[in-house]
Amino acid sequence: MKRLSRLRRHRAAGPILLIFALFTIGTTFQVASAVNNDTTSVADRSATIEEGRQLFLKGCSSCHGINAEGGEIAPSLIGVGAASVDFQVGTGRMPMADMSTQAMRKPPVYNAEQVNALATYVASLAPGPQVPSEESLNYERDGSVADGGELFRTNCAMCHNFAAQGGALTQGKYAPTLMGVEPKHIYEAMITGPQSMPVFSDKTITPEEKLSIIKWIKSAESEPQLGGAALGRVGPVTEGLLVWTLGIGLLVGVAVWLAMKAR
Amino acid sequence: MTARERIAGNVAGYVDDRTGAAKWMKKNLTKVFPDHWSFLLGEICLYSFIILLLSGTFLTFWFDPSQREVVYDGGYQPLSGLKMSAAYASTLHISFEVRGGLLMRQIHHWAALIFMVGIVVHLLRVYFTGAFRKPREFNWIIGVGLLTLGIVEGFLGYSLPDDLLSGTGIRIAEAIIQALPLVGSYIAFFAFGGAFPGEAFIPRIYTVHVLLLPGIFLALITVHLMLVWYQKHTQFPGPGRTEKNVVGYPLMPVYMAKAGGFFFIVFGVTAFLGAVASINPIWLYGPYTPGQISAGSQPDWYMGWLDGLVRMSPPLETHAFGHTISWNILIPGLILPGIMFTGLALYPFIESWATGDKREHHLLDRPRNAPNRTALGAMALTFTIVALLNGGNDIIATTFHLTINQMMWFSRIGVLVLPPIAFIITKRLCLSLQRADRDLVLHGRETGRLVRMPNGEFVEVHEPISAEKAWLLTSHEQIAPLELPEHDAAGVRRPAAIKNKIRNRISRATAVAVPKATETERRELEGHH
Repeated sequence: MKRLSRLRRHRAAGPILLIFALFTIGTTFQVASAVNNDTTSVADRSATIEEGRQLFLKGCSSCHGINAEGGEIAPSLIGVGAASVDFQVGTGRMPMADMSTQAMRKPPVYNAEQVNALATYVASLAPGPQVPSEESLNYERDGSVADGGELFRTNCAMCHNFAAQGGALTQGKYAPTLMGVEPKHIYEAMITGPQSMPVFSDKTITPEEKLSIIKWIKSAESEPQLGGAALGRVGPVTEGLLVWTLGIGLLVGVAVWLAMKAR
Repeated sequence: MTARERIAGNVAGYVDDRTGAAKWMKKNLTKVFPDHWSFLLGEICLYSFIILLLSGTFLTFWFDPSQREVVYDGGYQPLSGLKMSAAYASTLHISFEVRGGLLMRQIHHWAALIFMVGIVVHLLRVYFTGAFRKPREFNWIIGVGLLTLGIVEGFLGYSLPDDLLSGTGIRIAEAIIQALPLVGSYIAFFAFGGAFPGEAFIPRIYTVHVLLLPGIFLALITVHLMLVWYQKHTQFPGPGRTEKNVVGYPLMPVYMAKAGGFFFIVFGVTAFLGAVASINPIWLYGPYTPGQISAGSQPDWYMGWLDGLVRMSPPLETHAFGHTISWNILIPGLILPGIMFTGLALYPFIESWATGDKREHHLLDRPRNAPNRTALGAMALTFTIVALLNGGNDIIATTFHLTINQMMWFSRIGVLVLPPIAFIITKRLCLSLQRADRDLVLHGRETGRLVRMPNGEFVEVHEPISAEKAWLLTSHEQIAPLELPEHDAAGVRRPAAIKNKIRNRISRATAVAVPKATETERRELEGHH
């Protein structure tokens, strides 16, 4: 025991353990990926689940619990479904950078394959909303812009603003801007209701209507600036700011100039 | 006499024979106006008003003020096939199909914002220089009337297109009307011709917006300018300027050229804004339906401070005899603005009561020489700015990563605490500036040049200021505080004792000043050096 304790306190113990850990992770990953490539779909799925579990244990379990059962600071993930994981991790919201009021969108930490593994693992714990397939997301074909706009103004604009630019909620929470969000992620947000957002089930807003909303958001995103500089599309606040700075500034400048010339 | 002069003379004679204009023109074209950039601020309002009349007339050619339901079949695809009011559809038509329509709409709206900014900065200039004093009290009241009507007129214009944002504004206006105790719901019913939103409101406010209020504006602006003409313009103090003269340039040709040129510049700036910056993009807001609302719904800036007051109001309600009195709307939406506008309109009389000064004033005050007035103005301004900031609390919160609750509590406390602080700081600043003026007159300008005297002493050379500058810094009068008697000759308290005591106290506070430099003091100091 004495010898072991001495070894444990050895100067090289830390680095050696680190190298060992990295080696293990690398090998596991290597094995997992290798297994992934050449097996049947059931085995494939269980391997993906295992890969996801490993990723989960390393990256998520400290807050969400070893078995995704949740903890004091994070909710249980049993039954949230693959769509939820795909949205939260795919948009970079999870893992959180800090324990602030709300997870923000940021460059994702995991690549698409890892996100898929995590989502498959969480989905394997209990049934929940699935990630929508490519085919079901053909909003260009199946959506209507005008209907989408109407639905958006009825269901979404109260938090996300009339032009999907985002808005403030209570206590520092906010509805983020929807500009530049993947159609898949918009769809997943509607069916899972991340953070302060309510769930819009298929009974409230049908899948076709969801596609219409996405189509309208995409059309708002690519809409040209019809009346000149858009001023953030947040309404009269920026207009007031401009008139009190540039507008009156120019006019007072001219007035000073006019009064000066007469001297 | 050349041929050209002869023809001009004949034309002029022809007109004069029929109108008798020559005598009147001769007198008035030589009228003198004093020169200062801040005297042009009121002109910004006049010119924006003309721009508003012209661009507004253009818009009426196509605007259909009706809440009749139509199906949109115009060129803007994202709204194609939606049901909307004719008012909204015709505004879309003006924006997308009428040639130059969007530009005109944007010019009209920017001109409205500039009009209101112009009124406020003009008001601030008049206030802080004391230009409202006798004999100009009526003109001040007319100005306050124009400000108030401007807010109403702007709000009605913002409400006309019947888009999601303006409909939300009308909804809030309806709520404020309903907050009136007892009669509120009846008045709202009369105004809307039934339940909200109804079909009557937009046609009604259209008539008020394009006919009634512009007519009242025109009348008030005319009286406002006629009074300036009759009473003559105030001027800043300076050598040769007295209460009995006006030093400046004649209307013809100098002011004709300046004012005419300034009109085109104001039009140019407005058109520039209309061309490069989007304003009120109603096609993005969508048609109004009572079931919809957008995050960050705001009024235009001149209503923003009222919205801010409503937003910061705590939820106070009284239930009595089957009635609800919504103090949370009533106080910030009606009572506070009522007190503020009444106080603003009556300010000239309040000040003259406080100082006991009933004389005419044509020379302006430098703001520092009226510390109490300047500090009061800073106080009112601080109150309004805090309220205005809270009007945009959601946009500010998301932009600067604050919480909307922090904004609200900042405003709730700030609106009470910051104005008195602004008063104290401004009054101190004014008195310090007076002290600096006094030093400047007595000791001259610091040149920054150090000289070593033969005995080793270092002194900084001070350069005496010009006689013109010295006059400017010493010509103002410092009013002595009132000393109204509290006791009569026999030492018995007079019936008006309390009233007089209050007036004396206010007057003492108003008259606080650093004694200005006198000629004797200056001579004495010169003798020492």
